[in-house]
Amino acid sequence: MTVPALAQRRAAEAAPPASRRPWRDDLVGWTFAAPFVILFGIFLAFPILASFVLSFTSFGLKDLANPVGSTVVGLKNYVDLFSDPVFWTALFNTFYFVIVGVPLTLVFGLLIATALNRGVSRFRTVFRVGYYLPVITSIVAIAVVWRFLLDPDVGLINMALGGLGINGPAWLADPVLAMPSIIAMAVWRNLGFAMIVFLAGLQAIPAMLYEAAAIDGAGRWQGFRYVTLPMLRPTILFMTVITTIGYLQLFEEPFVMTNGGPLDKTLSITMYMYQQGFTFFHQGFASSIAYVLFVIVAFVAFLQFKFLRSDE
Amino acid sequence: MTAASAPAPALARPAPGGGRTSPNLWIYVLLVGGLVLMVGPFLWMLLGSIKPQADFLRAPTLMPSTPTTDNYQRLFDQLDFPRFFFNSSVIALAVTVGNLVFCPMLGYALAKLRWRGKRLIMGLVLATLMVPAGITLIPNFILMSSFGLVNSYPGLILPFLAGPFGVFLMRQFMFGVPNELLEAARMDGANEYRVFWAIVVPIAAPVLATLGILTFLGNWNSFLYPLVMAQSPQMYTLPVALATFATGQYQADHGMLMAGSVILVVPVLIVFIVFQRWITEGIATTGLKG
Repeated sequence: MTVPALAQRRAAEAAPPASRRPWRDDLVGWTFAAPFVILFGIFLAFPILASFVLSFTSFGLKDLANPVGSTVVGLKNYVDLFSDPVFWTALFNTFYFVIVGVPLTLVFGLLIATALNRGVSRFRTVFRVGYYLPVITSIVAIAVVWRFLLDPDVGLINMALGGLGINGPAWLADPVLAMPSIIAMAVWRNLGFAMIVFLAGLQAIPAMLYEAAAIDGAGRWQGFRYVTLPMLRPTILFMTVITTIGYLQLFEEPFVMTNGGPLDKTLSITMYMYQQGFTFFHQGFASSIAYVLFVIVAFVAFLQFKFLRSDE
Repeated sequence: MTAASAPAPALARPAPGGGRTSPNLWIYVLLVGGLVLMVGPFLWMLLGSIKPQADFLRAPTLMPSTPTTDNYQRLFDQLDFPRFFFNSSVIALAVTVGNLVFCPMLGYALAKLRWRGKRLIMGLVLATLMVPAGITLIPNFILMSSFGLVNSYPGLILPFLAGPFGVFLMRQFMFGVPNELLEAARMDGANEYRVFWAIVVPIAAPVLATLGILTFLGNWNSFLYPLVMAQSPQMYTLPVALATFATGQYQADHGMLMAGSVILVVPVLIVFIVFQRWITEGIATTGLKG
């Protein structure tokens, strides 16, 4: 993943001594590997392939009794999918969520991390725990609580706005405001994760660099611009990818808060897959949705791989 | 750089937890303000869970008019929350134990042993690290339904016993274990299994703690898969129960849903606050959530 990890790996791979009895080494190695590899094969590797195969079938509820007997329909699911306006809506909504949500999450995470790293000596643990709390909390519970926070009648947010003389909108029922509301909640929930990773990155930057910059007359902002940001580049890239991959899988928030509405304005790809697969039991069609998402995620992961390589 | 770059420990590194410049008031103001926004919804949840139902019918208030445990009472009387709590605990614990056994074993074999097929397995496991959960959902559902395991504990546990994240974490750690230590044990006649259990596992205890906590939290909060696999209320986990009631017949029962959220959140908060160092360090070193 990181450069030190790669160096570590190279050193370690040189280490194990060659054995005179390779079959015994194989036996020992596979004994350690087998329990994981068997479970991994059945429940992760096989399903990834099976999902691909399923996406070319018309698998439905009736096929559950005899999965291998389902009908192969070729590319029909994909043809249907790409001519399905609801799918394009779901794709658009998911990208909207990612393109607005990811930068906001990273900017706030970096802001808090920088503030913690440079200006704060007391209560650092309190801040760290406080900002991280939502990350480890169930999204379902958070979505339930935020639904009430955003409630136009009994919610805290409109109560506060009312105190200022503003008549707050019905956030989640408004087609224009529903997705921004969900984005605000996601940023609130995930900025702590970005903060922790950035904090570790910031602490790895040698203070000497800031000293040198200060001697050259750099102020605080210039120190951040010309030392922190370039040094943090790999961390920022990594966080962008991890957060993007996570956000592409948006599901719980619209499921609990809006059920994809109003007017499908918060319907995400995963939610559409869930509806097709488990509300309507079009599991072949749902598999094609899952595979499109898989390809998008793989593409993002590939970009990271490429950029990290060019960094070395 | 000039003479100022001469090694001067006081300059070379900011004091632990200290800034290079004097603490700024405005930074504290910003951070405390942010902290209020972060913790606010949790307090709102706690206060909401002890509000009497009548409070939700009037103009909104922050504090309950008369604190009550009535909302919690209804979770236990009308719904089977002890059962959901039990289900969540059993599943999360079983998955955690599985990962604590299987991941270090493979991690060790990948980092420290020489065997044919190693590169293939390593590539496969690492390649699945970022696979979206949705992709395995439908095939696993079909698989479980062919074995009659939908709506059962094995159906909810088996697919998560061996997670790639744990292998990644353990493998990274195992590289750091000195080979001399392992060699010394082998010289003394210990076979690989003994080296692993008697030498490697004890050294790995802190990483195992991190893995255990992250796996537990990740599973406790897991939603999409249990939503599909737990079909009758008696198999619901806490998130599935809460989401089902919040979107179904109890969607207007604010007090009860807040109390349900508290039950889902509080165990995690306790685990987190007690073990926060392990959690944040584990995340900072691997850059991955559970």
